[in-house]
Amino acid sequence: MKLLCYVLFAAALSLTAACSVQPWVKPYERDRLADPIMTWDRDAISSGYVDHIRETREGSRGATGSAGGGCGCN
Amino acid sequence: MRRVSAQRIVGRIAVLAALLLVRATCADVLPDDRADLFYSKYSGGGMDITGESVSVRKKFAENFAVTASEFIDKVSGASIDVLSQASQIKDERRQKSGTIEYMHDKTTYTASFINSVERDYRSDTASFSLKQDMFGDLTTLSLAFANTNDTVGENNGTAFVPIIDWLGHAESRSYDIDLSQILTKNLIAGANLNVITDQGYLANPYRSVRFLDPQNPKGYSLGSQVYPDTRTSTALQLEAKYYLPYRAAITGSYRYFRDTWYVVGNTFELDYTHPLSNIWILEGRLRYYRQNSAYFYSDLFAYADQYRFEARDQDLAAQDNYTVGAKVTYAFLPNGWKFFKRATATFDVSRITFHYLDFRNIKYYGVPQYQPGDEPLYQFNALVLQAYISMFF
Repeated sequence: MKLLCYVLFAAALSLTAACSVQPWVKPYERDRLADPIMTWDRDAISSGYVDHIRETREGSRGATGSAGGGCGCN
Repeated sequence: MRRVSAQRIVGRIAVLAALLLVRATCADVLPDDRADLFYSKYSGGGMDITGESVSVRKKFAENFAVTASEFIDKVSGASIDVLSQASQIKDERRQKSGTIEYMHDKTTYTASFINSVERDYRSDTASFSLKQDMFGDLTTLSLAFANTNDTVGENNGTAFVPIIDWLGHAESRSYDIDLSQILTKNLIAGANLNVITDQGYLANPYRSVRFLDPQNPKGYSLGSQVYPDTRTSTALQLEAKYYLPYRAAITGSYRYFRDTWYVVGNTFELDYTHPLSNIWILEGRLRYYRQNSAYFYSDLFAYADQYRFEARDQDLAAQDNYTVGAKVTYAFLPNGWKFFKRATATFDVSRITFHYLDFRNIKYYGVPQYQPGDEPLYQFNALVLQAYISMFF
């Protein structure tokens, strides 16, 4: 039953993605959002490196983007 | 059996949703080609780690891109709990990765492979992700899956004459859902849910438990860690980025983490980005992290083999840490040079202060006034430096 709910949710998202939803922020109003300072992650190498440091020093992991491999055992 | 079943269900949902979400409405473009030269240095807790990396990303046609990168970490020294049983270490980690991106209208497919090699640890990760823009490009949904296979060893020789004993394998699967939503013309929000399951040899062979031992003149002895051979973690991060009335941006994020080892972590982060004309970008960040300890962690067990699972790994101890960081980016070659369109140079520095709440500084074991379990709690500062040049073409 839970699986069915998930599948229906995914299907609903997919179908509504094809609808002609009118965006409440028009394309010509997105100049500020297009500014590079509004990018979530400008430098993927740096983010991956920092995530790797944190994951080898903390018990938490995930939900921050990608981290490199290796054990960080030392 | 229940865990395997749950993995299969999540995997099926991810694949099904990925297939259903493929839509074609209007064209989009992949980001610019770029090459990065990266240098990093981490100093803290008795360790020095330098990192060097090169990465090149190149588009072929407008909808296909390939990225190749290599990262080398050089480690010297050893952390406090490694010092409790081993000598100082010199090691090197070499990581290679390759990524292929394909964009079809509003859908971007990404496949990547990462190989990481140390003389006592090998790791291979294969991942696939799918990103879909929808609702008039106000919403971006990403789904990702990654499978990692690790081979874990222990160096029982020296730093210069290693003798590696291979101890076991571990397999990890990661499922990721990421949603980015434009809310207003100044505000964008994001949510990221990540589930990771691990199975196999999950312990750190270089760290030991300690237990009270009246026969030992120190009052305690060391023993091997024993971890559970499975772990499942869930992390949810919520974040928002706001364009201020003047040209600057502020970002706030919160992450909640928990796993089947009963580790619960909370992370808060605040970033501020301030450009100066079109040449400089200044950034500042504050981060606070706190976690409790794993259920099988103890700084000092009452006797040998007290419990079935035992650990004294500082990563699993209760801790909090604070990060203060700053970053400056300088844009140069505004008119291009040869086939480069523009370039940036970036310098990033962070200071992290770690406080452990139930992990004691074992270096004090010989000091007469400290009995086992009474040593001061461990704390240290780490300095993280990054410098890199990015060339766009």
